[in-house]
Amino acid sequence: MTAFRAVLLRDLRLALRQGGDAAVVVLFFVLAATLFPFGVGPEPNLLARIASGVIWVTALLSVMLALDRLFLADHEDGSLEALATAPAPLLAAVLAKCLAQWLLAGVPLIVAAPLLALFLQLPAEGLPALLAALTLGTPTLVLVGAVGAALVLGARRGGVLLALLVLPLAVPVLIFGVAAVDAAVAGLPTRPHLLVLGALLLAALATAPFAATAALRQAIE
Amino acid sequence: MALHRFANPARFLRFSAVALPWFSVAAVACIAAGLVLGLVVSPADYQQGETVRIMYVHVPAAWMALMVYTVMAGGSVSALVWKHPLGDLVARAAAPIGAGFTLICLVTGALWGKPMWGAWWVWDARLTSVLVLFFLYLGYMALQNAFDDPTRGEKAAALLAIVGFVNVPIIKWSVDWWNTLHQPASVARLAGPSIHASMLVPLLLMGAGFTFYFAAVLLLRVRAEIAARRIRALRLVAMEG
Amino acid sequence: MEALSAFLAMGGHGAFVWPAYGAAALILVGVLVASLARLRREERTLAALAAGATRRGRAKLRAAAEAEAGAGARS
Repeated sequence: MTAFRAVLLRDLRLALRQGGDAAVVVLFFVLAATLFPFGVGPEPNLLARIASGVIWVTALLSVMLALDRLFLADHEDGSLEALATAPAPLLAAVLAKCLAQWLLAGVPLIVAAPLLALFLQLPAEGLPALLAALTLGTPTLVLVGAVGAALVLGARRGGVLLALLVLPLAVPVLIFGVAAVDAAVAGLPTRPHLLVLGALLLAALATAPFAATAALRQAIE
Repeated sequence: MALHRFANPARFLRFSAVALPWFSVAAVACIAAGLVLGLVVSPADYQQGETVRIMYVHVPAAWMALMVYTVMAGGSVSALVWKHPLGDLVARAAAPIGAGFTLICLVTGALWGKPMWGAWWVWDARLTSVLVLFFLYLGYMALQNAFDDPTRGEKAAALLAIVGFVNVPIIKWSVDWWNTLHQPASVARLAGPSIHASMLVPLLLMGAGFTFYFAAVLLLRVRAEIAARRIRALRLVAMEG
Repeated sequence: MEALSAFLAMGGHGAFVWPAYGAAALILVGVLVASLARLRREERTLAALAAGATRRGRAKLRAAAEAEAGAGARS
């Protein structure tokens, strides 16, 4: 537990000291989503129809964009080896890094989402469902992405490769995230979709950290 | 475990020398018989007409796409858990064959969809799942070749194959669910198990032929992988000595 | 002759049925040819390397075999 807190605080402190990383991700999120009206036209009904999908897809891409740095800096400067040989389990460090990543690159997206909902004319009934779905869905994306980030350590063109590996696995989160918002807009209950998102999160939490730890051990061998 | 008898590459090479001709002959025979029965003997479907004959390549290719991925995941598990020396090689050798079958399934699906559904591509649940499976194959192969050290690529890809294998049912289920939500009314469905024997026999024959084809090409590719590994070892020795 | 052209027409859907079979054949043969070419290339390289090793002495060949067995067991 102490190891968990130490790694978490260290990652947060490092990110805050360097600054800007979280801001860049949010900026990408907002910018990419605002490109869609230029692509499909400013017609409000059309935008309202596609808003939930656009916000979810751009959130997915933003999380991917930030993920390739999850283990990279630690791998390059050797602190990953130190973490792996430390008496505390590597699993705790992986969990801490995932939580830090979500706080730095997931929570800002949730905070920025209402702005995009406004831009894209998402009906007001959909907003609570969107926020709840993003809160349940983005940690899953970070966890699944952590496995990918650990696998591509040391690979050529790791960032693009990471997206290629993880995006197909993110399809279920995308489907149910969008479905929750669409159900809320249509006046249907959102609870089933949010429960599925929660189940996906729990499943990812129970398996992904182990897979990521195994991949990290391979990478530093 | 009977499988461990083939763990030794030398023993595997002996096995493949014996089995390869049989697999090849069986593949050619089954596919030829399946083609004759499927293209000539079997009747046209009362609803779909002659286009139903596309089924005899499309459906077995879809079976193979899933089966090869299972073989890949099995090989990866045996490599990671039991350090089986052939596991990595089998998984690595299977991937391009599986991607080929998945591509066949997608292309024939498009060619079947155009006359039946009026579009080259519809977001039918099965087609969509196969498309995602195709992306998983491509990601696996890309990861394998992305490292300067081939062993690292093999190990990372083995882990990815297992992660992907666990996810395939979840993806399939969510795509099915998504598709029923957005189901277009015009999509015609194949009758499930009530399929008539005159169609089932060529279908199964083609499936068997594809399986033997897979086995034969897998043996060829594993032999190439063993040779490549020996070349690497020889070069290492030459560099050191 | 007429039967053949009727067979090829596939009830007016020949333009879909035959490309489907053609694409499948193309991909299956393509994978097979690529696999055979790779096998031949690797085996030729291996034979050349092994011949070089024999010239330098049987001891090194044995060392190579051991190294390979070791590499096989490790990975």
